[in-house]
Amino acid sequence: MDLPTPSELKAIMSRVTFLLLLLACSQTHVVAQESSKYNRDIRPLLSDRCFQCHGPDSNSREADLRLDLREEAVKDRGGYWAIVPGDADRSDLWSRISTTDPDLVMPPPETGKPLSDEERSQLRNWIDQGATYEKHWAYAPLKRTLENTALSETIDEWVERELRTQGLHRNPEADETTLLRRLHLDLTGLPPTREQIESYFREDAADRYANRVNQLLESPQYGERMAMYWLDLVRYADTVGYHGDQDHAITPYRDWVIYAFNRDMPFDEFSRDQLAGDLLPEATVDQRIASGYNRLLQTSHEGGVQQKEYLAKYASDRVRNFSMVWLGTTLGCCECHDHKYDPFTQRDFYQLAAFFADIDDLQSFKGTNSLPTKREPELEVLSPLDRLRIEGLKNQLEILESSTEESEDPSRSSDRQVLLNQIEQLEKRRRRTMVSKAIEPRPIRVLDRGDWMDEDGPVVEPNVPGILPSLSTMSDSGPRRATRLDLAKWLFEENRPLTARVFVNRIWYLFFNSGLSSSLEDSGNQGEWPTHPALLDALASTFAQSQWSVKSLIREIVLSKTYRQSSLPTPEALERDPENRWLSHQTRYRLPAEMIRDLALMSSGLLVDELGGPSARPYQPAGYYAHLNFPTRAYYADKDQQQYRRGVYIHWQRQFLHPMLRAFDAPTREECTAQRPISNTPLAALTLLNDPSFVEAARVLAQRSLLANDSSVAPSIEWIFQQVMTRGIRPDELQILLTLYESQLQQYQQLDPKTLEVLRVGMAPLEEQLVPAQVAAMLFVARAILNTNEAITRN
Amino acid sequence: MNLQRQILRRSFLQASGVALGHTALAHLMNRDAQASTRAFDARPLPDLPHFAARAKHVIFLCMAGGPSHLETFDFKPKLAEMDGQPMPESFTAGQPIAQLQGQQLKCLGPQFKFRRHGESGQEISDILPKLAEMADDLCIIRSMHTDQINHDPAHTVMNTGTSISGRPSMGAWINYGLGSETDNLPGFVVMTSKGGRNPQPIASRQWGSGFLPSRYQGVEFYSNGEPVHYVGNPAGVNRKQQRELIDSVNALNTLRNQQVRNPEIETRIAQYELAFRMQTSVPELLDFSDEPQHVLDLYGAQSPDGSFAANCLMARRMVERGVRFVHLYHRGWDHHGDLVPYMETCCRLCDGPSAALIKDLKQRDLLKDTLIIWGGEFGRTPMFQGKGQKPGRDHHIQGFSMWMAGGGVRGGTTYGTTDELGYAAEDNRVHVRDLHATMLHTLGIDHRKLAVKYQGLDFRLTGVEPARVLKEVLV
Repeated sequence: MDLPTPSELKAIMSRVTFLLLLLACSQTHVVAQESSKYNRDIRPLLSDRCFQCHGPDSNSREADLRLDLREEAVKDRGGYWAIVPGDADRSDLWSRISTTDPDLVMPPPETGKPLSDEERSQLRNWIDQGATYEKHWAYAPLKRTLENTALSETIDEWVERELRTQGLHRNPEADETTLLRRLHLDLTGLPPTREQIESYFREDAADRYANRVNQLLESPQYGERMAMYWLDLVRYADTVGYHGDQDHAITPYRDWVIYAFNRDMPFDEFSRDQLAGDLLPEATVDQRIASGYNRLLQTSHEGGVQQKEYLAKYASDRVRNFSMVWLGTTLGCCECHDHKYDPFTQRDFYQLAAFFADIDDLQSFKGTNSLPTKREPELEVLSPLDRLRIEGLKNQLEILESSTEESEDPSRSSDRQVLLNQIEQLEKRRRRTMVSKAIEPRPIRVLDRGDWMDEDGPVVEPNVPGILPSLSTMSDSGPRRATRLDLAKWLFEENRPLTARVFVNRIWYLFFNSGLSSSLEDSGNQGEWPTHPALLDALASTFAQSQWSVKSLIREIVLSKTYRQSSLPTPEALERDPENRWLSHQTRYRLPAEMIRDLALMSSGLLVDELGGPSARPYQPAGYYAHLNFPTRAYYADKDQQQYRRGVYIHWQRQFLHPMLRAFDAPTREECTAQRPISNTPLAALTLLNDPSFVEAARVLAQRSLLANDSSVAPSIEWIFQQVMTRGIRPDELQILLTLYESQLQQYQQLDPKTLEVLRVGMAPLEEQLVPAQVAAMLFVARAILNTNEAITRN
Repeated sequence: MNLQRQILRRSFLQASGVALGHTALAHLMNRDAQASTRAFDARPLPDLPHFAARAKHVIFLCMAGGPSHLETFDFKPKLAEMDGQPMPESFTAGQPIAQLQGQQLKCLGPQFKFRRHGESGQEISDILPKLAEMADDLCIIRSMHTDQINHDPAHTVMNTGTSISGRPSMGAWINYGLGSETDNLPGFVVMTSKGGRNPQPIASRQWGSGFLPSRYQGVEFYSNGEPVHYVGNPAGVNRKQQRELIDSVNALNTLRNQQVRNPEIETRIAQYELAFRMQTSVPELLDFSDEPQHVLDLYGAQSPDGSFAANCLMARRMVERGVRFVHLYHRGWDHHGDLVPYMETCCRLCDGPSAALIKDLKQRDLLKDTLIIWGGEFGRTPMFQGKGQKPGRDHHIQGFSMWMAGGGVRGGTTYGTTDELGYAAEDNRVHVRDLHATMLHTLGIDHRKLAVKYQGLDFRLTGVEPARVLKEVLV
């Protein structure tokens, strides 16, 4: 690689510095010109620098001053005012932030969060312009603009406007092959097959993209892909998490999530069934399975567990998860004190906890040190997927019986028997799953400093945070105690913008690797102001108006030109908007862990693409569970087709997540994860190089390619390349791989073909008709391709 | 500024040597250029160290299960007097309690003799004869207290400062702050020792990186099978072949990068090189053949067999090679019953090697750069528990002992006290977060400043409650 010389470096640096100054100046300039917007500019400043002592938390409030409420900030404080709207010079806030006296200056130096000159002048301008406060963007009513336009066009319209303002341009559309791979990966988590690519290009160019979008949204793999993300949010795992980390029964819930996404269950219904499916009148089996959501938290039956302490832990775990998943808000700190930055109180926290106080947790303390452990209440159920299968078979049976009434066809009775056997087999696939069961709600107290032993705090009733629109349970006989069902309905009542904004922002992230507000976990005061607030609102309001159809939302996003553009940034775009906040190009990023596994299995043909079922156990290093106890744990990798299931089905051991998943940043799912980090480490390299799952996939790829190409070398290499990368190989790439092949072949030819151990990694059968040394050498070609950055990147 | 950008900013600042305001920088950071080109991020944060560091490395010897302070470092003659008598309710009323819930509480006197040792005259029990010889190097803290009374959450407090899952562990924080000193090994290594009794379960969360990037998480070294997951070549593949493979991968990546100009690809190439180096450096680390016999004898280790002795020697070898944080677990210390025989077992396995580690580091002049911390996730009750054939003690969080050595702490000192029955920390109480603050201080880190914005909040290892650096025990 050519390195720049020192003088070149210097030139680059001075250019960069200049650019930075330019950026900094242009920003101040913009601020000075247009009015300082409270939500965009001022709130983040006040929140980060002032609210800790002058904000919502009454316990840590200094000088009895709060700056988060206008009426408090502007009130007469005995002849002086923190803020005099329109007159910064008479405002104490200004004199305190502009003084150089270290004893007086705000924020106090020891906070380590000084204001910059620009920030000070922003505050000054804002006061001079009247110190207007705005409702926080996430809680403000939705603004729907550009009526009567398809949402995909609305997306492009808003993005285009911002690009123009920034002096940037949208990239041209990505080349069709890249776009096809992107679309398949984004909607199904799998790359397109050879046949899918060919059929695509056979279609009429005008319609094929939109057609493919529809096909993929209707494919069963769509549900698996969406479940991957949802399961991160709700912290779904196969084990209890605490202490002995025993398995617990929950896989039917995972299958229900897949099924619900596939049938495009409206998001309000989807949420309601999880939060309160058990409370619905005549709850169906599916609704009860869905209510397993409330049981996904970490639990313990360790000897010496104090029930009261753990009930308090469970209560706060549920509030943390609920508020993060549906409100996009970090309420965790309110367990101990009022929120420092956001208008949430400690009381809000415990009132939310009270919604979940009816969930029967007592039985879970009677768990056993067995695999799985017991976590009653549980149900034994057929997953919705298996019930659908049975229904289908029964329909076939009916057709069979009605169509051939008159003749006693022997094939008919054998067909009938096959169907009956299949139904019988499916009936055996009942699995246990944890569900919610309401019991008499236990009293929930506000716990001082979160101390579970505290008995002095007031008992609170279920209620929603005071800052948000209220929840009414008034009936003829007065108000009744609000339930989880009330909470679930409240989330989706009209003018409930937060739920919609939080969700569409996260869906956007799935297709651009960044939200319109980049803080997916926090839409509160400390969260980032969205780059395209009007677009976020357009998405949210359309989502709400389209019966909360997730598929419709996604369809419109991927149909947009913004989505379809090339991910290759122009030098100009890189320079002016290196973070790509203005979307002048698509984003390229490394695939999530599960998709990397799926890619290897799919391209080698090993993938067993069956929906749902018990969790799968891929090969895993021996002794990895040695630290587990109660009971001690042996790991038995699956020896049948379960071995080749998609990543979404991997047994999720919270304390010892499969090393491959860990190496590629999958979360342990102890807490809600809205955004996975993307790292690039030597451990990931070692995993992709040496994990038997990938070595086996490489061998099977080698075998298939040699079989498909009569063992001729170059075509076999091209075949593997196409299979993994979804594109044709270039001559220089082929040359590298031919050299690798030749060298490996030479080395393997010197060995006894019967002792080529590398061919015995994994349990997939050997193809006896192939020459072992050739398979081994081609295996190296496949390993090389699977290990490239491009293979595991979504472009 | 969010975390990813903070990291970007660091890489950028270090590359350029230019200090710039957040706002402009935030725009300069290319999302595609996120990863540092150095594998385990060798560089410190731009503002670190906050002041001169005393220590460069930490070795944490975790006695998982909760060793009894009353049988090791905290002699309580009054408890001996009251042996068998009811525990005064004034001590226990309204206090959390684990397995003894609802049982009658009686005192259990110390089960071993204590003597004074070294010039400092520190009181140490007879069950730790080798550590007693190092008394003048130890700074014993008798006034520890913590928040959680069950193992798993108590470990999580000890390692991450809170019982809530998903926060970075101290080794991850330190590597994030200070960067790594080695190009061939991870900066944070965890080893779990064999031997002793029914082992405590330990979750990998204890060395997780939480919301920090995963390159800061602890890497486990194993004594069985491959020392690091997937560090060995696949069966039937030799080093030359693996080299050729990696060369081809890197060549393909380089070609691709010429087309698409993606800094992530450059990082990937660097990581494959490091992965290949690790395939050599890790086995080399485990090869004790270059250790003279007297060193092996000092530890009581002959081979890297996963014993606590061998792991202590491994810890020294790692520190020598620049590993920043080594965490050793011995998991046999949960003595609800049969306290005496179990203490004998555990101390037999851990006493000598812990002392050897101090001695060996000292003779290599590495002790001054290395902070050793010894202790469990909590202590044990002064009250009797009768779970085995012989008396035992229950979990206890109000008072327990730990010790530190090297790395700028004052040897030969005893800090803090518990009350006369060894129940609650009394003078100079030391919460886990005070220990964290002190540890960070020896490394040149102001615990208040090492913060990361996540979910809109500033997270620190020491959390939001005030934490105190134990300046009194520092040199």
